[in-house]
Amino acid sequence: MSELRDLYQELILDHGRRPRNSGKLDSPTHHADGYNPLCGDRIALYLEMDEGRVKSVSFEGTGCAISQASASLMTEGIKGKTVAEVLSLFRKLTATVTGRDDDAANEGDVELGKLAVFEGVSQYPMRVKCATLAWHTLRNALEGKDVEVAVTE
Amino acid sequence: MTATVQSAAATAGHPGASGVDHGPLDTAALRAQFPILSQSVHGKPLVYLDNAATTQKPLAVLDAVDGYYRRDNANVHRGVHTLSERATAAFEGARSEVARFVGARDSSEIVFTRGATEALNLVAMSFGAMVLREGDEVLLTEMEHHSNIVPWQMACARSGAKLRVAPIDDRGELDLDAFEKLLGPRTRIVAVTHVSNALGTVNPVARIVALAHAAGAKVVIDGAQALPHAAVDVAALDCDFYAFSGHKVYAPMGVGALYAKRELLDAMPPWQGGGDMILSVTFEKTLYNVAPYKFEAGTPDVGGAVGLGAALRWLSEIGIERVAAYERELLDYAEKALLDVPGLGLVGTAADKAGVHSFMLDGIHPHDVGTILDHHGVAIRTGHHCAQPVMQHFGIAATARASFAVYNNRDDIDRLVAGLLAVQEVFA
Repeated sequence: MSELRDLYQELILDHGRRPRNSGKLDSPTHHADGYNPLCGDRIALYLEMDEGRVKSVSFEGTGCAISQASASLMTEGIKGKTVAEVLSLFRKLTATVTGRDDDAANEGDVELGKLAVFEGVSQYPMRVKCATLAWHTLRNALEGKDVEVAVTE
Repeated sequence: MTATVQSAAATAGHPGASGVDHGPLDTAALRAQFPILSQSVHGKPLVYLDNAATTQKPLAVLDAVDGYYRRDNANVHRGVHTLSERATAAFEGARSEVARFVGARDSSEIVFTRGATEALNLVAMSFGAMVLREGDEVLLTEMEHHSNIVPWQMACARSGAKLRVAPIDDRGELDLDAFEKLLGPRTRIVAVTHVSNALGTVNPVARIVALAHAAGAKVVIDGAQALPHAAVDVAALDCDFYAFSGHKVYAPMGVGALYAKRELLDAMPPWQGGGDMILSVTFEKTLYNVAPYKFEAGTPDVGGAVGLGAALRWLSEIGIERVAAYERELLDYAEKALLDVPGLGLVGTAADKAGVHSFMLDGIHPHDVGTILDHHGVAIRTGHHCAQPVMQHFGIAATARASFAVYNNRDDIDRLVAGLLAVQEVFA
């Protein structure tokens, strides 16, 4: 059962139960919706950018513990970061959960911090999409793409 | 299953009805015929409860397919050599087995397909093109699998016909009064599932056929979830089309069949062109073969068909009535055991159910349930089950679904329940 606890760590369960930064922003500068048709997970992401940095971020969503915790911890992890830093974190996180360690290492100095809690997801290929939905939606928001289905491959 | 279907089958001489042994099943011996079940997953003996997605295959089927490819493999309906004759005999023998199992009058009423989905697409493409005109209506139910929705949407888009949907109630039963009201003079086709894959609901198909015929509509039944669980007799039912998949009834993936009344098959245009579906071809004119070959363009999955024949023979030898009785008892046991789990709610509480219990655990998403159960060696399905309108009806995105086959037993259900309690512990 130790393997299972790698996935369902206390931090993930906590954020899954009580997502941080949930709700709508009053004056978002960026917005995107994400949908994972396999699970039915949905997320609406709101960003307020100020001088190239994430000033505020929030989300509304429904889905499994992994997807909700991922969105919650993402909002905590990107606050105050520049777009370049956010995108670097996106690449590191998605490489980590898909087990592409070389790609993750290529991101150099960027630190996953609390997001390292999702390393265990790489052992669960069927659950990778749960962990990356919020991140793909974030990238779409930053790139100004408000598409119905965020591609999580 | 409905009493109507069962009694009709018994009087129509269904093979299962003439079985000698009517005693209880020796499920331990049955289970031993499924090699895949004797493995461990995450260090726990496998409990396979995803049978509505696909069933496992008994030795009788594995051996039949293996034997076909080792001894008899050749193309069918073509060569005059010995292997081709054997392959053709095996293929047509399987067709007869299917005809016998579903109670068709003649094996020419059975078209081999890749599965229920292709069978339903065949009807929508061919029969749909033949009868649907602008302003006509196709009547479905809210509980259909996507494979019995999308082909009809496509047929309606081609013809200008309209899709009508009969609602279900909060138990997951078809609202028969609403269905009757939706049946109108423009209803050409009624397409309805026999058993709901997401809810387990058994539809009163005999009544539906009678109502539809009285209104002048033809009836297409999606039998994918029904055939493994009860005797089906298409002649007694008087349905016009009956589609099913082999892999849900202990046969290999990639093969299934469509039953259709002979006069309909004769009148319907082909839907795919190629070899085997023709009598003669010149660049000026092609003469089509007769049914069912008219609908079987190209080299078929002969090995799969042989496996399907073997699966149905195997089920007939056990006796489909005994299987149905055993599974009914197992489903009741599972319902009681599941309802003892705190915070568990069933989705789909129809009076007549077969094979399936869909459920939700309070505060825990079905996908988390599925992953943790897998760690306890228990395989269930989680998600929308390709029936998103059903999910929308209940206002949910997904359910957890345990579905049963003849090799399951009470221990499996006890392991499921223990697994669910372990899921709740993780999230406590």
